[in-house]
Amino acid sequence: MLAKDGLPEEGDLRAVMPDEKKLAAGPAAIIECWQEIPCDACARACPNYAILPMPNLYERPQVDFSRCRGCGVCLSACPGLAIFIADGSRSEGAVLRLPYEFLPLPQAGQRVAGLGRAGEVLGKFLVLDVTGANMRENPAVIFLLVPPDMAMRVRNISLEGA
Amino acid sequence: MTGGVRECDVLVIGGGPAGLCAALAAASCGVGVIMAERDGHLGGQLAKQTHKFFGSARQFGGERGFLIAQRLAAEAENAAGIEILTETPVLGIYEDGVATLLHRGGHMKVRPRKIVAACGAAENFLAFEGNDLPGVCSAGAAETLINAQGVLPGRRALMVGGGNVGLMVAYQLLQAGMEVPALINHAPQIDGYWVHAAKIRRSGVPILNSTTIKSAYGNGQVEGAIICEVDENRQPLPGTERRVECDLICLAVGLSPLNGLCQQAGAALAYIPELSGHVPVTDEYLRTSQEGLYAAGDAAGVEEAATAMEEGKIAGLSAAVALGYGGTAAQEALTEAAAELKRLREGPMSERIRRGLAVLRSEVIKC
Ligand SMILES: Cc1cc2nc3c(=O)[nH]c(=O)nc-3n(C[C@H](O)[C@H](O)[C@H](O)COP(=O)(O)OP(=O)(O)OC[C@H]3O[C@@H](n4cnc5c(N)ncnc54)[C@H](O)[C@@H]3O)c2cc1C
Ligand code: SF4
Ligand code: SF4
Repeated sequence: MLAKDGLPEEGDLRAVMPDEKKLAAGPAAIIECWQEIPCDACARACPNYAILPMPNLYERPQVDFSRCRGCGVCLSACPGLAIFIADGSRSEGAVLRLPYEFLPLPQAGQRVAGLGRAGEVLGKFLVLDVTGANMRENPAVIFLLVPPDMAMRVRNISLEGA
Repeated sequence: MTGGVRECDVLVIGGGPAGLCAALAAASCGVGVIMAERDGHLGGQLAKQTHKFFGSARQFGGERGFLIAQRLAAEAENAAGIEILTETPVLGIYEDGVATLLHRGGHMKVRPRKIVAACGAAENFLAFEGNDLPGVCSAGAAETLINAQGVLPGRRALMVGGGNVGLMVAYQLLQAGMEVPALINHAPQIDGYWVHAAKIRRSGVPILNSTTIKSAYGNGQVEGAIICEVDENRQPLPGTERRVECDLICLAVGLSPLNGLCQQAGAALAYIPELSGHVPVTDEYLRTSQEGLYAAGDAAGVEEAATAMEEGKIAGLSAAVALGYGGTAAQEALTEAAAELKRLREGPMSERIRRGLAVLRSEVIKC
């Protein structure tokens, strides 16, 4: 339960997931921001107006998936590091984009441990790309290739033992 | 100068987000400001915070704390009419309206026409056996060491406190390369924002609710802690003690407003638990009960950087307007800042603050 252990339940996740058709069509934003907090950075950042405006600031972000192009601008802007991009359109697996703020950064081509929301190891996965390595203003973004059923489970990586 | 006493329009005490915004707002009306900051640099708490902040565009929401600090500090340094004195703690405000500042090893006396107290808050400590061992420190101290001074205070840190400070500093300790075996939280639920909790959870840090620290042990320095569960009255449950090996124990158990100067100046204080302790009684213009003294930011009630900025603007503008500066533009800016402050406090997460302010503002009528 979120209030107790910080972990969302199935129902919480389902409510923020794009449907299967959208996921299979290309990248889309998954916003795991569960409380009404005074923040609208994602809505301000989205160049495609895919996150509904938040006149009251504290509203929870809501994605209009018909507009979301999975560009990831919101992921970089989010102070909560609560936005992930999933792309189910590739035949070799789902491509996840994760915000990441630790050093050292992984290298493209490296295999790293994929971690779940409680830090549990879910397997070893291939890093396809790393962008934003400077991290001064925004987190780095890790592009990770995972099996499709892991797209809603992997949320972090670890280089330990990698 | 008269008799070694410097005169100025507004003295701002503290160079954190509240003080910086107060100084900028007052100076924008043409008022002459002296801003005294006890540290060697400006920015207050923000200067050592590497994470991105919440808030709207007006408070630079979405930017990292230290970058917001740099931005506001640069604006203040370039603004006409603000004299910035760093390494200059304000020591006292006396009956004749003179404030004493410790500056370059000597006492500097200033007689301002208005004062904005924006001193921030001090971290609370916790009583437990062994809390005097080296290796027990406040979360803020650990944050200063890793982020401002580049010193690793240990290898394995137990974090005590489930509010935003505990969650965020735990994350920063991980970033600095430390292990965090657990974050323990007295309350039955996480107090801070769940997005902050999620960041440490996915790095494998467990959050143990209804848990407290019983003692720290170690030979000359912290080697571990004994933690235990608490019942619904937050009393330790016998038989639930466990050992956590660690060489650092970080306390993030709340902050208390720094109200000493307001109190000494004669402003009425009220004890408002929702605002984290004794705060000067203020009205919506952030006037205290002491003529010419305003309070803003964490010093007026512990809250957030975004609200501290808007409060700073209100206090600075109120002081300028009271001195006859600023005209209608200042009035408009005041209305805008008040509206923005209201917007920031509208959400369910601000319920406690709203309750505290309602009590505080009813005190104004009493005194
Ligand atoms: C770890 C952590 C995480 C946080 N995260 C967030 C967040 O994500 N979003 C958010 O909005 N807020 C956050 N906050 C809260 C935010 O930092 C504070 O609410 C904000 O800094 C308050 O601003 P202030 O100007 O009132 O006080 P401060 O920032 O504390 O500044 C007060 C200044 O006054 C100076 N001072 C004190 N006494 C004197 C004196 N006698 N003479 C001269 N100078 C004096 C101090 O040195 C200091 O520089 C966080 C705080 C912490 C500790
Ligand atoms: S991924 Fe791009 S288009 Fe989609 S919500 Fe985020 S910023 Fe908008
Ligand atoms: S930017 Fe992030 S933290 Fe802020 S509202 Fe959007 S998802 Fe939530």
